[in-house]
Amino acid sequence: MTGIKSYGAYIPWYRMERSVVYSAMGWLNPATYMAGEKAVANYDEDSVSMAVNAGMDCLKGIDRNIIDGLYFASITLPYKERLNAAIIATALDLRADIKTADFASSTKAATTALLAACDAVKAGSAKNILVCASGCPITKPGSAQEEAYGDAAAAILVGEDELICEFQGAHCLSYDFSDRWMADFDRFERLWEDRWIRDEGYNKFIPEAISALATTCNLKPKEVAKLAFPCLYVRDHAAIGKALGLEANQIQDHLLNTVGNCAAAYPLLLLVAAVEDAHPTDNIVVASYGSGSDALLFTATERIGERKGASKGVKAQLASKGKLTSYQKFVTFRDVIPVEKGIRGEMTPWEMKSLLWRNRRGYLALVGSKCKRCGTPQFPAQRVCVNPACKAIDQMEDYRFSDKKAQLFTYTEDRLAFSLNPPAIYAMLDFQGGGRNMFDLTDCESGGLKVGMPMEMSFRRKFADVSRSTYNYFWKAAPLRG
Amino acid sequence: MGTIKDKVAIIGMGCTKFGERWDAGPEDLMVEAFTEAIEDAGIEPKDIQAAWSSTQFTEVSIGVSGLPLAETLKLPFLPVTHVENMCASGSESLRGACYAVAAGVCDIALAMGVEKLKDIGYGGLPEFSLGASGKKEMLFNPNITAPGAFAMMATRYFERYNLSPEEGKLMLAKVSSKSHHNGTLNEKAHLRREAPVEAIMKAPIVAWPLGLYDCCGVSDGAAAALVVRADMAKSFRADPVYIKALQIAASSGEEIMYTDYDYTHVEPTCQAAAKAYEEAGVDNPREQISMAEVHDCFSITEAVTMEDLQFSARGKVKEDIDAGRFDLDGEQPIQPDGGLKCFGHPIGASGIRMMYEMYKQLQGKAGARQVKNPELGLTHNLGGFPPRCVISCFIVGL
Repeated sequence: MTGIKSYGAYIPWYRMERSVVYSAMGWLNPATYMAGEKAVANYDEDSVSMAVNAGMDCLKGIDRNIIDGLYFASITLPYKERLNAAIIATALDLRADIKTADFASSTKAATTALLAACDAVKAGSAKNILVCASGCPITKPGSAQEEAYGDAAAAILVGEDELICEFQGAHCLSYDFSDRWMADFDRFERLWEDRWIRDEGYNKFIPEAISALATTCNLKPKEVAKLAFPCLYVRDHAAIGKALGLEANQIQDHLLNTVGNCAAAYPLLLLVAAVEDAHPTDNIVVASYGSGSDALLFTATERIGERKGASKGVKAQLASKGKLTSYQKFVTFRDVIPVEKGIRGEMTPWEMKSLLWRNRRGYLALVGSKCKRCGTPQFPAQRVCVNPACKAIDQMEDYRFSDKKAQLFTYTEDRLAFSLNPPAIYAMLDFQGGGRNMFDLTDCESGGLKVGMPMEMSFRRKFADVSRSTYNYFWKAAPLRG
Repeated sequence: MGTIKDKVAIIGMGCTKFGERWDAGPEDLMVEAFTEAIEDAGIEPKDIQAAWSSTQFTEVSIGVSGLPLAETLKLPFLPVTHVENMCASGSESLRGACYAVAAGVCDIALAMGVEKLKDIGYGGLPEFSLGASGKKEMLFNPNITAPGAFAMMATRYFERYNLSPEEGKLMLAKVSSKSHHNGTLNEKAHLRREAPVEAIMKAPIVAWPLGLYDCCGVSDGAAAALVVRADMAKSFRADPVYIKALQIAASSGEEIMYTDYDYTHVEPTCQAAAKAYEEAGVDNPREQISMAEVHDCFSITEAVTMEDLQFSARGKVKEDIDAGRFDLDGEQPIQPDGGLKCFGHPIGASGIRMMYEMYKQLQGKAGARQVKNPELGLTHNLGGFPPRCVISCFIVGL
């Protein structure tokens, strides 16, 4: 059997009312008005960092060593060259002898990656493949996309046993439909006329893929528990469901007004939301949109409830949020307007690639060491045990801190250190189970912390070094969510 | 184990005016401190047999090696060594000179400390990501500054002793206000204005809970000491100052990585001080140490250091601060020259500057800020952050 073994999601802590964007930029293009709010990645997040956090959610309680593939889907890849999937796999502390690939260039990339994972497992060339998808689009001020897009990531673990959903079949459509595009030198995407996209693309491709899937799998409308597909136009989203013969309660809530259109992550996030609420024997159809459409059918198994409480998923993270009320912060976070960083802010450390390679498990996977003699966990990894009563030499085994909760031992809000979201907040953390060190904090604001608070680790972009074309990643701590 | 007690004496010292010395480069500062020191000792440059120099942020001023000192002062092919131990670098330079003399390998040695910070173009210390914390560490260290690292000690101290932010900040404001007063009496000090407690409490926050006046000056400056074998000292002057103890202790990693450290004290200070007291034969530091220049990079550091040096009982420094114990006219004056807070903090020079004040005080030459009949003076120099630091502790006397 092939299917879904686990799921995970990552929705950034910040949410912004679309009216914040509209009041700042609506004067330019009054027709851009949209209701609801959207998820906004913090200044230290990007598609890779969010994918890691979704992957962490998906792998909670699962042995990392069973994973033999990591597929990453996004249209907003931080690196054009340097495999983004390999950064994610390293950060998730996966084995090295695995398949990794980036799926890109279309908002249907995530379903393509999901299908590729299912096909590989079905064919027997892999047992478990983790599929991560992430969307963190950078949008032009005043554009319709600026309001519509939101940031999020999702992860699905495809496997061959202990499945919570069984994979039944898929139908793929591929068209060179230039509704939105970016050339290799572009930062922002371009759109053709909206009405043409809606009538000739969105309203046609999705029904075509789903209808073909239904025929192949002999699936009748009333047998569908949930149909999950991206919402580009609220009215047409509902109309597509109706035209396929489905009732409103068979359509997965589209999250457009809570998360936003999270590009390649969108269909996967909706699939996670559907799986999260599924019951045994439920048929779940997920379809993507972009350069055509892929539609996949899954059926929930008797084990469907087993991940509940393990993964945070969509619902818990939707509920855990902080308000971003400043449009100026939003555009600054994505480096859309240049801001004065001062000379201190320009002092970017240099990520030395050979050093990073040598210490990759420490930096990217937050792996320290644990003394075999006295049991003391320590970060960073030590050769000589830090326990003053032990000090054993070379008696260490690897010890991963990224999945350990921690307690805020002491902290400060620093207004001298440069931060794009000041004040810079950092702390000394005591990890549950032992080990301590200082870490940057994120997803919290001035006045919101207390000594003793429970914290969790989150993978973040530490700095962007434009002069050396480097995004550097590390782990920060955030107040425990969900 | 041997001891350095009464083996080495200081016979000459010099110290520049500290401050934003836009007019002076590190070479000018070294010449200024050196000239004063040799005149004070009454010796010629050619009498010097070995030299040490200390600077922490070499990358923004003089560069590395012993060459900047040797070439600036035209020292004639001497053994000249550059040392660095973060903010305790100045004490490290002095240790090098003292050890050489104590070892009997030379008779007269020079210790110089110099730092030129005000060529970086922004406030505060040079960004650590320039390399001060090491290329490996900066990839996982938080986006940390010195105020923040010490602010975390204040956060923890307030929590542990159940002080509200207002009570805690008031305690710290008194520490800074006292040093500001002492700074007004010191013409070489960087900051020479009184700072009333109310103004300190209202100042902008730099790193919560520390505000502007909780932080020391970031200054340019240099300080120099000439040390000789103790048995020769009286041939140079009638009032040489003798080294009674010299101890250095560096964190071993347990504070930052092992969970027993409480972040309301500085362990290497406790360790270095205990050894220094033993070396100097001090059993009751609260009574026997007449005065001290401690590393008050931040107000909280000075407060905690009073406890670590056993001047105050653990958790009780607030009572001593409130009683005025550490004021210039108190029972145990601390920072008579204004301290790092107001004299300023040119990193590599600070350890020697502290000694400069103890030296002048013991000789009765401290003018308006003279402490009455001091017998033993102590310097405490801290390099790094509370959970990861190097501490030096000198005790000197006549």
